[in-house]
Amino acid sequence: MSADAILSVEHASKRFGGLLAVDDASLVARRGRITGLIGPNGAGKTTLFAMISGFIVPTAGRIMFEGADVGGLPPHRRAVAGIARTFQIVQPFAGLSVRDNIAVGAHLRRSARAEALAKADEVAALVGLGDMLHRPASDLTVSGRKRLELARALATDPKLLLLDEVLAGLNPSEVRDVVPVIHAIRDAGVTIVMVEHVMQAVMSLCEDIYVLAQGRIIAAGAPREVTRDPKVVEAYLGHGAAARIAAREEAARG
Amino acid sequence: MSPLRAYGPILLLGAALASMPFFAASNTLLNAMVLALVIALAAQGWNILGGYGGQFSFGHAAFFGMGAYGTALLQTRFGVNAYAAFAAAVALGSAAGLAIGYLSFRSGLRGSYFALVTLAFAEVFRILANAWPFTGGAAGVLIKLDVRAETFQFASRAVYFWIALGLVVAVMLINRSVERSRFGAWLVAIRENEDAAKALGVDTFSVKLKAITLSAAITAISGAFYAQYFLFLDANIAFGPWISVEALLAPIIGGLGTVFGPVIGALGLHFVAEITRAVAGRVPGIDLALYGTLLVVMVAFARDGIIGLLTKARARLFGSRA
Repeated sequence: MSADAILSVEHASKRFGGLLAVDDASLVARRGRITGLIGPNGAGKTTLFAMISGFIVPTAGRIMFEGADVGGLPPHRRAVAGIARTFQIVQPFAGLSVRDNIAVGAHLRRSARAEALAKADEVAALVGLGDMLHRPASDLTVSGRKRLELARALATDPKLLLLDEVLAGLNPSEVRDVVPVIHAIRDAGVTIVMVEHVMQAVMSLCEDIYVLAQGRIIAAGAPREVTRDPKVVEAYLGHGAAARIAAREEAARG
Repeated sequence: MSPLRAYGPILLLGAALASMPFFAASNTLLNAMVLALVIALAAQGWNILGGYGGQFSFGHAAFFGMGAYGTALLQTRFGVNAYAAFAAAVALGSAAGLAIGYLSFRSGLRGSYFALVTLAFAEVFRILANAWPFTGGAAGVLIKLDVRAETFQFASRAVYFWIALGLVVAVMLINRSVERSRFGAWLVAIRENEDAAKALGVDTFSVKLKAITLSAAITAISGAFYAQYFLFLDANIAFGPWISVEALLAPIIGGLGTVFGPVIGALGLHFVAEITRAVAGRVPGIDLALYGTLLVVMVAFARDGIIGLLTKARARLFGSRA
């Protein structure tokens, strides 16, 4: 594990009965950077996230966070350690106001109600929910709910933020609004690992990318390298796709 | 919310009710009010766990009974002072809450499974108390009549009324302070979405355990006061399903997870039940039939109870404050 790694997943596997959802996956998230985890549907990205955040116990392997093995800790203890996550399928406290939703996260490190509410207001402004504070969470649009997920996680003052498809379901202009927010969070010193399908965002945000397909990490590296990797192209487009594309390009050139 | 706006209305309601015996001092009315306040207290206990925490118990009789039998048996069997017995009985009730909570929440029981387990515990206690000679078996326990302040017995029903009211108001104040605390925020978060709460660092097991312990303690206070007021109880009174039902009905009718809900619900239900009895005469079970109808109507048309209806009415009258 390198010195600047805040999180390293070492040979993690998860088996659900006959299905090996994650198969010997290893990845490293470097401190202060944005690491992307991409892959086709059903590749095991959400399962891997759930193992990092503690909702699923790995069948094998270790989850190292800041040099300690957190693999055996329940989710709330990992949140205390500094790991926060958002849910792909948003999980708002629907009956509560936006402010109260975020305050639940803020309470993790603030026992006084007034301090937690002040933190909630601050975080809400950061993610662009400042004028929705007193509305019930159930009133929010899809984009608003994604922002709320982000705000609640952020209110816990995490060191590592796991974003599970926070951009999915947003229209292009909403994506353009949220991307700077994620940059700002990174610039404030929070390490981010994100699962994402919106490639435009992945390319502009992530410094390191891991590609997961059928439970295995098939490629890792900088965004440009990874997208040119024939294994990655095949994982998305099917067996032999890389060769067919190369042949077509060859033909076009010749 | 400023402290004045948070606690003021509670004290105001308390003061208004406290003046009642000066205007209407008939024993029948005071008796009905004391019983309604006892129910309100049991309901306030239930509301902590069920209303704020979303963990619906069908067996709060277990805690009511612990409080009632605890205070009665400590006095009759061991000659303990009435006030000490009262305190010990409340401790016993909250210990029962802690134990039942530990067993159910440790195994991850939620929703109807949790409800059934609490119901089962209450029924087991009822059957045991009904069979065990120590608890007086089917004959029940009689606390010796000895009207002195030292024995927590009073000649005037108004004194009982004021004590019961004092307890209800105190618990409302506790409820409000819970609402304004981290514990309260976490408890409500668990009700709304347990997984999301966990992800935000909420130790859901420990929060639920604290909630059921506090909830059981308050309902045990209600039971202990009941025993002290009527000076008689048996297994069907102390551990019977009637109190479990009353304790959950009042908050549902009044407003789940609100400070005033259980109190308004309990007083309202008893008011309606008394009127029904006066109008329909002594038809057996007519009040229960009415409770059932009210419950169906409230669940179908007013999920947030009377408090929810009032909030909506106020918003309509004075414009939305959101």
